[in-house]
Amino acid sequence: MNGWDLLGIVVKIGIVVGITQGAVAYLILVERKIAAWSQDRIGPNRAGPFGLLQPLADGAKMLLKEDVIPTYVTKPLYILAPIIAIIAAMIAFAVIPFGPVGNTGVRLGNGDIQFQIAPGVDIGIVYVFAVGSLGVYAVILAGWSSNNKYSFLGGLRSSAQLISYEVPLGMSILGMVLITGSLDLNAIINWQDRHFWGIVVQPFGFLLFLISAFAETNRLPFDLPESEQELVGGFHTEYSAMKFGMFFLGEYLHIITVSYLTVVLFLGGWDFPFVTDQSQTGWFWAMFKIAVMLAKVSGMIVFIMWIRWTLPRFRYDTLMDLAWKRLIPISIANLVVTATVCQFLFSYSRSN
Amino acid sequence: MQPDDPSLKRMTPPKLNILEKTYLPQILGGLAVTGRHIFGAAIGGKTFTEQYPEEQHIPSANYRGVHRLNKDENGRIKCVACMLCATACPAHCIDIVGATAPDTWDDREKYPENFVIDELRCIYCGMCEEACPVDAIELTGLYDLTGLSREEMIFDKTKLLSVFDLTKSVEPMKTARTSATPGESSSTHELVTKPTDGPSMRAHS
Ligand code: SF4
Ligand code: SF4
Repeated sequence: MNGWDLLGIVVKIGIVVGITQGAVAYLILVERKIAAWSQDRIGPNRAGPFGLLQPLADGAKMLLKEDVIPTYVTKPLYILAPIIAIIAAMIAFAVIPFGPVGNTGVRLGNGDIQFQIAPGVDIGIVYVFAVGSLGVYAVILAGWSSNNKYSFLGGLRSSAQLISYEVPLGMSILGMVLITGSLDLNAIINWQDRHFWGIVVQPFGFLLFLISAFAETNRLPFDLPESEQELVGGFHTEYSAMKFGMFFLGEYLHIITVSYLTVVLFLGGWDFPFVTDQSQTGWFWAMFKIAVMLAKVSGMIVFIMWIRWTLPRFRYDTLMDLAWKRLIPISIANLVVTATVCQFLFSYSRSN
Repeated sequence: MQPDDPSLKRMTPPKLNILEKTYLPQILGGLAVTGRHIFGAAIGGKTFTEQYPEEQHIPSANYRGVHRLNKDENGRIKCVACMLCATACPAHCIDIVGATAPDTWDDREKYPENFVIDELRCIYCGMCEEACPVDAIELTGLYDLTGLSREEMIFDKTKLLSVFDLTKSVEPMKTARTSATPGESSSTHELVTKPTDGPSMRAHS
């Protein structure tokens, strides 16, 4: 790796971090707008035209508020928890492709620009899941170190919920991995570009992934760790000002990651049927593919918010019921069927 | 009611078919409902929001806001210091100092020398209005009650009478309002319209 590559990576990290943070600020506005609309309200519209400066106001509020650290908390862990939350959500972006990767034809210096911070990671998806589950630590540590029974309950619920839903989440993508034969996110996109979108070949996988992903992001209808009504906010009850803001930021970053993953795994990534192709290179196609991908991701994010204002929260036992008694058997069945079909197709193509 | 009563309606949980058991059709139905609202509000502008300081909210006719003490046609306070409102008040926020009415007021024996309502303790239940035999105390539609100190929010007789002056044009006394409805007894009507109120007031109370 030469100096230019290193510089390129640093620039890419800067761009990704900057854009995602800005996007998160606006996602909060979008969320509030959608919340308002679904309740026949108007939503924030005072700060700037159409309330477009609302994120600034929100950010200023978060930063200027008094940061209270209660005396009874376990201080190191209490401070560590929001940091983990945000870092765990950020580093998943390392392997997520934002556009075409490989021979992109977009040249600066002596190499193609890769629209991914760490291109060509063979185990991309495993990495995403590995760091994604780190987020549980944030919730559990926050709940435990707050020394507050509601926070603690929130933390406990969260750990049980995330561990349970990790299983169907992992198994739901195995089908896609078997079909495409790779754990590399780019290879998965390329396969979908050449054949069909993941949602066509793995409809059950898509559904399972979507449900589990909602649970993993702690979004309604699975926001039991927070449950404002029963747990006064759950694990972040004792947090204020920017520490609370960091949990918030982490949650929205998670939403972005999950949306990107859904798009990469099941909605064809940058693929626009009958238009895009892997062989298309150059600035125009790179930008076009990035735009297609961004549009899909935005659609996904809006869908996640839409669901939030449609479904009420699960009861705890029904939540566990859904994971262990429904999703996991379905995902096993899905995996077995996919593996069998793949095996037959594979031997069939061999024999010919 | 007997268990075999024919009027007893028995509810059985609806049978779900296999697709409905996944709850996916129901979720899609729910999404359609919220989607309709989102589009209705975002594009159709079908919202209930009132842009408050620019658009003034008009409360319904039976809204219970700040109290007022009504005056009769001669500009005298209508209250006869009977203490019924203070007794009925569940928040104990009405404090009345009664006194013998001046000799010129031939229609009553007492009047309130002072009449204080703590608007912060009040729960705006409207019991005082219900209790009053002469319709002297009423809750108005004023909802934007603000103050900088607790003392400011303790309304005395003068202030309560001034609320009447402030609101009488928009909100006529409820006695007057009910008189407009047909089938109402004419005595209340006379009470409002007659120039000399003395005898009719006594008859009413
Ligand atoms: S509205 Fe209710 S609480 Fe308020 S003064 Fe009247 S009786 Fe008391
Ligand atoms: S009930 Fe009516 S007349 Fe009696 S003290 Fe209260 S306001 Fe005055």
